[in-house]
Amino acid sequence: MIGQLLDGMSWLLLLAGAAFVIIGAFGMLRLPDFYSRLHPAGLTDTMGAGLILLGLLLQAEAWIVAVKLLIIAAFLLFTSPTASHATARAALAAGLRPWQTPKSGGGAPGQDGGT
Amino acid sequence: MFAVTAFAVLIALGIALARAFLGPTVFDRILAVNSVGTKTVLLIAVLGFLTGRPDFLDIAIVYALINFIGVVAILKYVQYGDFALSGNVEPVPPGNVERAPQGDGEGGQ
Repeated sequence: MIGQLLDGMSWLLLLAGAAFVIIGAFGMLRLPDFYSRLHPAGLTDTMGAGLILLGLLLQAEAWIVAVKLLIIAAFLLFTSPTASHATARAALAAGLRPWQTPKSGGGAPGQDGGT
Repeated sequence: MFAVTAFAVLIALGIALARAFLGPTVFDRILAVNSVGTKTVLLIAVLGFLTGRPDFLDIAIVYALINFIGVVAILKYVQYGDFALSGNVEPVPPGNVERAPQGDGEGGQ
């Protein structure tokens, strides 16, 4: 009974993490410029990786596996915001300007119709 | 269920690789490489559980370490080598770049 409950929760977490990873990847392909592409990359790094590692944590049998998963999660939580921040600062220092809407009062910000 | 997650991470890896190939600036490529590294860590972890051998998590830990250090090293190279000025990044005079305040208070030295 408790095993089935753990399996169900683990499946839910794994599927949610996979959905976040896919959404982040599509956002990184579709968004118009670098600074807006930082956002889905952060989505993949935090929610996708966190949910998938949490789902794997519920499937761990030995305690050393759980400890390794927690080490990976903690390391990703420390390094991925640092890497994103360093990338954004390097782009800003190199003079990359943020993308703006063509008319400053314009509606749809997409390149070709917004989809 | 591990197979579905591994497949989703594989698709996301392909999309991030596409962004790394067609990213207009070098920072897009660095961001895509960083994302590929994170997804590789996830893929190794999920594959370890899929094949029933969770000892793959050691490799995932090493990959996470190498990914962060590699991204920071590439950023240093791009910023201080002559690599940043050869792409599509147009150099802006330093007065135009709006910087965040460095410390508290004294910024001009």
